Amino acid sequence: MKILVPLKRVADPDNANKVKVNAGKLETTGLEWKPNPFDEYAVETALRLTENGANPKARLGEVVVVTFGAKDTETTLRSALATGADRAIRVDSTDDKLDGDLVARALKALVEKEKPDLVLCGKQAVDGDSNQVAQLLAEYLGWPQATFAGTIKSEDDKSLLVGREVDGGTIHLRVTLPAVVSVDLRIVAPKSVKSKHTADSHAYPDGVRFAALMAIMAAKKKPLVEVKLADLTSDVALKIAYTSFELPPARKAGIKVKSVSELVEKLKSEAKVL
Amino acid sequence: MVNTLIIAEMHEGKVRKSTHSAIHFARQLGVPFSILVLGPGSKAAAAEVTGFGAQKVLVADDASLANGLAEVVTPTIAQTAKSGGYDVVVVTASSFGKDIAPRIAAKLGAGYASDISGVKNESGKITYRRPVFAGNAYGICHITTPIQVVSVRQSEFSAAEPTGGSSPIESVQVAAQDPAVARVSFVSMETAKSERPDLGEARVIVAGGRAVKEQFSALLDPLANLLSAAVGASRAACDAGYASPELQVGQTGRVVAPQLYIAIGISGAIQHLAGMKSSKTIVAINKDPDAPIFQVADYGLVADLFQAVPELTAELKKHA
Repeated sequence: MKILVPLKRVADPDNANKVKVNAGKLETTGLEWKPNPFDEYAVETALRLTENGANPKARLGEVVVVTFGAKDTETTLRSALATGADRAIRVDSTDDKLDGDLVARALKALVEKEKPDLVLCGKQAVDGDSNQVAQLLAEYLGWPQATFAGTIKSEDDKSLLVGREVDGGTIHLRVTLPAVVSVDLRIVAPKSVKSKHTADSHAYPDGVRFAALMAIMAAKKKPLVEVKLADLTSDVALKIAYTSFELPPARKAGIKVKSVSELVEKLKSEAKVL
Repeated sequence: MVNTLIIAEMHEGKVRKSTHSAIHFARQLGVPFSILVLGPGSKAAAAEVTGFGAQKVLVADDASLANGLAEVVTPTIAQTAKSGGYDVVVVTASSFGKDIAPRIAAKLGAGYASDISGVKNESGKITYRRPVFAGNAYGICHITTPIQVVSVRQSEFSAAEPTGGSSPIESVQVAAQDPAVARVSFVSMETAKSERPDLGEARVIVAGGRAVKEQFSALLDPLANLLSAAVGASRAACDAGYASPELQVGQTGRVVAPQLYIAIGISGAIQHLAGMKSSKTIVAINKDPDAPIFQVADYGLVADLFQAVPELTAELKKHA
């Protein structure tokens, strides 16, 4: 199976340095960058679908990673190559010239060139939190979609049985390939992904794999090509425009109560929620 | 002239209450709106939303639209929006809404903005406010296309109340199927049956973290029962298997804003805060005085939860 995984670089949400708002503008200086966590889950999922978990070094399919960004975003691609992805593509652009719709239209053109069996996306990037590229891409391609996947079972790489995490439960769908799937965080649990190559009893370590030092060195030799955005789409108009940013309304400073009875008293007489 | 089309969310033959949040949004926009109800049984369900002041309640009561799959419902929604001259298409930002909205936008050549938390309409120029960076900032944006698609946060737009009146019910045509429909099928849905209120609609939520351990139900259920509360959980509690995944509150899981949110043994990771920090009153019980949850809590109690929670339940019983 050939899988295309779009990757985005985001400000590390767990870093102490958070995004700041200054005079209505987002300030990104001093932020630590890392691959979007949901995209890392998509890479891990793609690797699990294209290997035998008992012998992951032998590649049994192809994983192509793609990002949209300037030259320095290639580190994001190299880190995916180091964990096992086979090939990388950087579409030259910058975040301020992109929105989800433009990325989806450019990806459509790339999919038509690369002809993957599956596009695996993170369900959302944790900067814009838009949650739309996978669904837009599926519609533009006329392909079926399965969003917010918590489990995937490959049926001989012809179709996938996907468990979608939805409000109040799980919906199981069957999609015939080619398809677009977006993943949620439980997709990287030890037995969430069942590939045609791996025994059903196999359990992966929880979470995404880390790259060994040797693999990081080897990743520098893996193919990485640059593509111009204009070669994928001539229409680069944005459909969503941000005029300013603001901080969330500050919460009134809370207090520490000393006892359960004081807590109940405050909830009754002060907050009036009991 | 702005004309809004609300896509109702159906569940077991009824219109889900989440739809009322989209109605609230349309009222704030201050323009005429219609409501589209799709799927088998929607003709009967339409009557549930005729008292909200909609110009029309449109129905596509057709067995082929069952299960609400995005590939299946999108063509009919897009066709209805186009033929009716609607320029804003609204869904609630539930897992259903977020699954279908981008597909609708792509079909209509429309821009899509998700998770709207505020809207302004200045003589037809609409600006939206939406959270970014897990709610650490808000972006003010507008959509540049003639037709706009948005999903609105249930946590920011409370359920609209009926205003009386009786909107006329009209049938709409079911559109021709997309080829993609042949390549997707609904297999099954697993739902956790619960007598408790839905997390998105509960007035009170009692939520537990990893520190609650195997005592999750034993400790939280009596308190939740007493308060008629929904039970929520942090990611860590779900991952450890103490709570079921559909209870998760946060970036993965549900975004909630109850009147009272009681966080028990939850440290307050940014991914969790993203899902609950709009709650009106937040209580945190945690033995670590430096836990980030205390930064958003209105009332913090530094205590051993295994003692404090039964004590809280007993204290509330006295007052009940």
